[in-house]
Amino acid sequence: MLDYAIRRVGLSLLILIVVMTAMYGMVFLVPGDPASLALGPRATPELKEALRERMGLDQPILTQIAYFFANVLQGDLGVDVWSKRPVLEQILEVFPNTLLLGVVALGWALVTGILLGCAAVVWRDTWVDRLLGVLSVSVISVPSFVVAIYGLIVFAVWLNWLPAIGAGETGDPASQLRALILPAFAVGIGWVGYLARLVRASMLEVMEAPHIRTARAFGMRERDIVLRHALRVAIVPTISILAVGFGSILSSAVFVESVFSRPGIGTLITGAVEKRNYPVVMGTVLFMTAFYLAVVTAADLLIARLDPRVRDVLRG
Amino acid sequence: MSCADETSLGARRGIGRALLADPMGLAGLVIVVLFLSMAVFAPWIAPYDPIALDVKAKFQTPSAAHWAGTDHLGRDLLSRIIWGARLALGIAITSVGIAGGLGLILGLVAGYGPRWLDGLLVLVFDSMSSLPMIFFALAVITVLGPGTATLILVIVLVSFPAYARLIRTQTLALAGADFILAERVMGAGTARILLRHLLPNVTGPLVILLCMDIPVVIMLEAGLSYLNLGVKPPAPSWGNMLSEGYNALRQAPHVVVVAGIPLVLATLGFTFLGEGLRDVLDPRGAGRRWG
Repeated sequence: MLDYAIRRVGLSLLILIVVMTAMYGMVFLVPGDPASLALGPRATPELKEALRERMGLDQPILTQIAYFFANVLQGDLGVDVWSKRPVLEQILEVFPNTLLLGVVALGWALVTGILLGCAAVVWRDTWVDRLLGVLSVSVISVPSFVVAIYGLIVFAVWLNWLPAIGAGETGDPASQLRALILPAFAVGIGWVGYLARLVRASMLEVMEAPHIRTARAFGMRERDIVLRHALRVAIVPTISILAVGFGSILSSAVFVESVFSRPGIGTLITGAVEKRNYPVVMGTVLFMTAFYLAVVTAADLLIARLDPRVRDVLRG
Repeated sequence: MSCADETSLGARRGIGRALLADPMGLAGLVIVVLFLSMAVFAPWIAPYDPIALDVKAKFQTPSAAHWAGTDHLGRDLLSRIIWGARLALGIAITSVGIAGGLGLILGLVAGYGPRWLDGLLVLVFDSMSSLPMIFFALAVITVLGPGTATLILVIVLVSFPAYARLIRTQTLALAGADFILAERVMGAGTARILLRHLLPNVTGPLVILLCMDIPVVIMLEAGLSYLNLGVKPPAPSWGNMLSEGYNALRQAPHVVVVAGIPLVLATLGFTFLGEGLRDVLDPRGAGRRWG
């Protein structure tokens, strides 16, 4: 197990280093330099030179990459080109908002998706099953930011039940909760469909297992078999997919945050992309990649702990 | 060879029939054909020029003259939707095509080439697919600046690793098969084995995956254009229309409502068609992708 853990964490770190080097290298492959791009065409040469120096662009590229990694290890992700605030400080300020949105979205999707998946199994091959099938595919394919915009029009503009923008007043959990409902709905809805299908599929597989047949032979009610005995086994593959799914949840969050002008990682990075604020973009990408890799690695380790067969895979 | 052709032709006829029998697949097919014809015949069926301004007629609600109404610059929304189909499908098909080709080549190289190269390529594929897609896309856009070319590059970069991995797995599985070994024993060169024997056998699942990715790509294009990081205005991208409609949300809500409809319909249509195709071609559901 320890052997597996070391290999798995090592692989993640290697991937992180490759990704960051590639990202950093990419900046130098394009014509023009970040300083003049950020300042625009009317900048004077002196201004550009000053900014280049501040961004460390006058150093050779390998030195820059080395500095970059050394700084990152010390928790320094650089400084905002415009506001001169540390990037990490800005990220940590908004990250809890995004994390909360992601967790709540995944949470409601998980509960609803599992229930709908069970319903599809209990009433399998009836109209309920078919309707749920079509609904699942539909909600999976509809873009989350369109759901967000339509939700905003109906519930915030026409009905005026929920706030249209922001993340609520600080220190007022009730208003924060109200501001969370629409974004979490939009981010999670696709996962409801996905999880419902996943649970249905793995449950139908489990329904063939001997212990289910025994339960049937004893004359247990179908509903009890599904909820008490099949679900327990069928839920394992769902857990393993959740960690990977967190990545797509974060992607939806970027767009949805922007629709609701909700402070978060998404609004931070899209604002920075528009202004070509390299340190903020790079810092956010690094932070989110590291966070995502950590989640996926932790999930893999957890699964390996539960299922010894998985540990052998990396041994090759 | 002729025998193989006959079976695939027969299978194809079966596919058509099976797809028509599946209501969801049929609905998907109808919607996709509708959008494809909109894209192809845009210049002839669009009632107005999609970027012609008519500020006096701004924010008109749907009427006989403007079936879907007009936007903040008086542009006809229906014409913009029709031209938008050409833009969305053009970008989606171009980028998925390039990414599919790239994935095919790299996957074959990784699966059939020397082991060190395989290890290196797998590390690259894993690295690229292990970061949340959107953040990587935004980083590339920051470097290159927004625009249609950047958008296509971004889509190619975020999607080819999945294709390459699929092709690699397929190639690895086939490389040890008896008929490949027999070819080798008979002295067939690497190029012949790759092109004549591996290529035809690995493309089927790839095609399913490519079809299923088209709605994802349409969504990404619209999303990035919505954030003003994709296709540049005044081009009639559905994402641009959503963003312009959003800015006039309280004045003229019909703009944003109308702009969302083609996006929802197109993603639904392509997904339904992809699901239908997968059920028919690949009953075990191997071509599934999420993320």
